[in-house]
Amino acid sequence: MNKAMHLQRFSAAAALCLVVVGMPLAAHADNAKKPAPSNPVWQEECGSCHIAYPPRFLPAESWRSMMGALDRHFGTDASLDARTAATIETFLVQNAKRGKPGQKPDGSILRITETKWFRSEHDEISAAKWKSPAIGSAANCGACHPGADKGSFRERDIKVP
Amino acid sequence: MKQAARIGTLAAALLAASLAQAADPLDAIATAARSDSSFSGFSAERGAALWGRKGKDWSCSTCHTADPRKLGRHTVTGKTIQPMAPVSNPKRFTDAAKVDKWFKRNCRDVFNRECTAQEKGDVITWLRSVTPSSVIP
Repeated sequence: MNKAMHLQRFSAAAALCLVVVGMPLAAHADNAKKPAPSNPVWQEECGSCHIAYPPRFLPAESWRSMMGALDRHFGTDASLDARTAATIETFLVQNAKRGKPGQKPDGSILRITETKWFRSEHDEISAAKWKSPAIGSAANCGACHPGADKGSFRERDIKVP
Repeated sequence: MKQAARIGTLAAALLAASLAQAADPLDAIATAARSDSSFSGFSAERGAALWGRKGKDWSCSTCHTADPRKLGRHTVTGKTIQPMAPVSNPKRFTDAAKVDKWFKRNCRDVFNRECTAQEKGDVITWLRSVTPSSVIP
């Protein structure tokens, strides 16, 4: 075997190693904390009456419907000028919840608390607990998730009052 | 010399920019109110009365509390609202776009209609008149 062939084999082996080792690394990096998508207009406008709920909580279709009726926003008027609303809608839609392949998420739900995942994540919280003065409303994410206003809902940070 | 002139121009531009920002949002509301020939100025007393007037379900004070020097609380979401009286929160009524946005939304929430320029001016006049020793009606 000449030197050139050696080198070729070695390179091939090295490349294979990179692929094999690299795959789980890349997958891990994907699961690891990527900074939550953010946008200053969304943060300012959506964060004035409640925390700015992360776009990943609802599918694109839900965000589109919601942004199209801000003057009737869960019983209050949250209207915005058209330009600001368009900026926010683009951000929400781009970062919205995506369905599993071949499965379209239900875009008819507008309340985050009515989504299947929200209900299953919170099934251990009793109705009385939700209504307790320290929580008051399921809209008050920060009562149990201290990083909620910064988009962090990590399991290990949860403190139910 | 040239540099001095340049600095002068820059200073003038900065001054103009800060003056433009400092335009009092109440001025535009007063201009709108004057289009009604019976307009005879704003009244803190009327503003205070409007603050506590119940509309559909709510009044201004439902979320902002009766005492505008205090922190408010959104009646639906529970979020803390910074005080409305400039004596406690000097940023209030310094940004015309913000003033317009919130009057429009909140008047619809409370009274199911937009407020008149007279009403907005009365409320701002009242909130600005509140001092640490004011007795809140």
